[in-house]
Amino acid sequence: MVDWDRVRLHVVSGKGGTGKTTVAAALALTLAAGGRRVLLVEVEGRQGIAQLFDTSPLPYEERKVAVAADGGDVYALAINPEEAVLEYLEMYYRLGRAGKALDRMGALEFATTIAPGLRDVLLTGKTYEATRRRGAGGGFAYDAVVMDAPPTGRITRFLNVNEEVSTLTRMGPIHRQAGLIMQLLRGATAVHLVTVLEEMPVQETADGFAELCAAGLVVGAVVVNQVRSSPLPSAALSAAQRGEVDRAALRAGLERGDLADLPAMTADVLAAWTDGLALEVLEHGERSLLERQERARLAALGPPVLELPRLADGIDLGALYTLSDALAEQGVRGPDTRRAT
Amino acid sequence: MSPTGGRAPRPFDVDAMLEDPQVRIVVCCGSGGVGKTTTAAALALRAAERGRTAVVLTIDPARRLAQSMGLRELDNSPRQVRGIDAGSGGSLDAMMLDMKRTFDEVVVAHSSPEKAAAVLDNPFYQALSTSFAGTQEYMAMEKLGQLRAQDSWDLIVVDTPPSRSALDFLDAPARLGSFLDGRLIRVLTAPARAGGRAGLRVFQLGLSVFTGALTRVLGGELLTDVQTFVGALDSMFGGFRERAEQTYALLQRPETVFVVVAAPEPDALREASYFVERLAGDGMPLGGLVLNRVHATPVPGLSAAQSQAAAERLDAPEHALAKGALALHAERMRVIERETRLAQRFRTAHPSVPVVPVPAFPTDVHDLDGLRAVGGALAARG
Repeated sequence: MVDWDRVRLHVVSGKGGTGKTTVAAALALTLAAGGRRVLLVEVEGRQGIAQLFDTSPLPYEERKVAVAADGGDVYALAINPEEAVLEYLEMYYRLGRAGKALDRMGALEFATTIAPGLRDVLLTGKTYEATRRRGAGGGFAYDAVVMDAPPTGRITRFLNVNEEVSTLTRMGPIHRQAGLIMQLLRGATAVHLVTVLEEMPVQETADGFAELCAAGLVVGAVVVNQVRSSPLPSAALSAAQRGEVDRAALRAGLERGDLADLPAMTADVLAAWTDGLALEVLEHGERSLLERQERARLAALGPPVLELPRLADGIDLGALYTLSDALAEQGVRGPDTRRAT
Repeated sequence: MSPTGGRAPRPFDVDAMLEDPQVRIVVCCGSGGVGKTTTAAALALRAAERGRTAVVLTIDPARRLAQSMGLRELDNSPRQVRGIDAGSGGSLDAMMLDMKRTFDEVVVAHSSPEKAAAVLDNPFYQALSTSFAGTQEYMAMEKLGQLRAQDSWDLIVVDTPPSRSALDFLDAPARLGSFLDGRLIRVLTAPARAGGRAGLRVFQLGLSVFTGALTRVLGGELLTDVQTFVGALDSMFGGFRERAEQTYALLQRPETVFVVVAAPEPDALREASYFVERLAGDGMPLGGLVLNRVHATPVPGLSAAQSQAAAERLDAPEHALAKGALALHAERMRVIERETRLAQRFRTAHPSVPVVPVPAFPTDVHDLDGLRAVGGALAARG
């Protein structure tokens, strides 16, 4: 089970195309519900969060993007590595003008796009800072932080970069900082893996899970996104899974459903539509069988499996609240703030 | 009726591209999760079965797709794919990129054994060759250059690394190359040589602040490792930037065709748009857009709204099957209608780009027959 009171940093990863940004945003809304403050951070520079919440591109500052159920607040931050390195240098070394000189030298580019893993160090470092930051009252500035993280194929290396850096640097402030970040990532952090019920994403989830475990990182939940519920009665679904469909009953229903009254309807068209819909029912049966297999593979991994429905009209702000409610119904919640302070 | 004056967009004639002997390189690009690797493999197989001597370079194939092509190990050299139809005289080789090994080979091929050993042992090199942002892209380009120079194939199909942006494939090698060849590295290795006469003092002031800060931030050993590494590389081979530029030039030659892969989703199509604009800006030849996993229906005449209304009128238990089937169809039609809108938006923005839709297959592709089916859909010309 995920310890919702203890986890302060939720890292959301998943295969590309499975909807991890959407899930991260819905999770932030759920964690914020009931008056909490949650920060949603983006690390890949795609401005996906701004698009989801329908706001202008996020600057390098924390900005309120949504109000959760019962009055919680979701803030968002798009971490930009160049800004992060300047902030870092300013914070630790008070390099005002020298920072600009570094920029001209190409050092910022060095530090943020090419130095081994330094970019990832900055992204995890800024996330660490926001997670540990104290507010005016002495409690944490945010009750929880949600990261829209790199995809499953890169997540372990991304989170483990500080391990590598502390080996490379051996001493100095980056070495110390890297150690502290690893402590957070191995402690009050849960990595949630988003997938859909298809073979390749499920395989990647299983591989990612194994890699994360081997690296000593904790997987919180597996989130199955875009789950479709079947509108077929269970007997018809089982039949379709066996490759059978009752065409006579289907045709009778189509006639009864007033389709026969449509203009230009002929007996031939009705017969063709019956065949076409029967084919769609059979394809649905085939896919639901595959989905059952994939669901069983996910359940066998161990972490709790959460499911989110497929929304046929795509994802907009309203849809995020629907998904957030679905997470809440499955037991997802923010930390108990009375205890956390 | 097209709103843009009736000029229908050209269909993407994939077979003409694959059969054109002038076409020697096909590069499949697009954002992550859109089916680039499968598309690359399907194109290469189709080309081979139509008589080309083809090789496909994949970056990070799903295990079962790799197995379907007989790729069981990452040995970084092309292996013949068995089970293809060689009736037209073609053949297919396939390989998976091993980024570290490719980098190691470049080092070994261009230096004395002692120097190579020193580089391979350097901790900075080890980090660089496995986890540098951009190394995968750089090495994919390097391998492409090698395969082309080897001239054993008349068609090379390349998959591109699963980066967050399709543009990384074009930009990362130059970035890495210019870093390794760049002013910063020269400054680190030989501070005395850097800088011109103008503004020399200001420059040196910045420099000392800079190396001081770098030493403090990174720790002295890393800097020493970098300096040793760069010192060893310096005399070794003709410049990383030059190599990156050569491969980049290869991509601009008319023998290369880019195929942009996208799924009918807003993010993937936005990436595809950026990429198409960039290719045009850099004078790189674009074949067309593959719109992957497009939903289709055998009942296109029954709209989502009609189907939904009919489902709602059916309440009797004996019509539960028909009610469910109509609801299923309504859901599918809503998906199709959304995908059509998104595709239309792309076509309107890029009216000269040929597009080919590939249907969503109910199961994943993991054998040659599956790849053939994808190839057939690719060649169906929309």
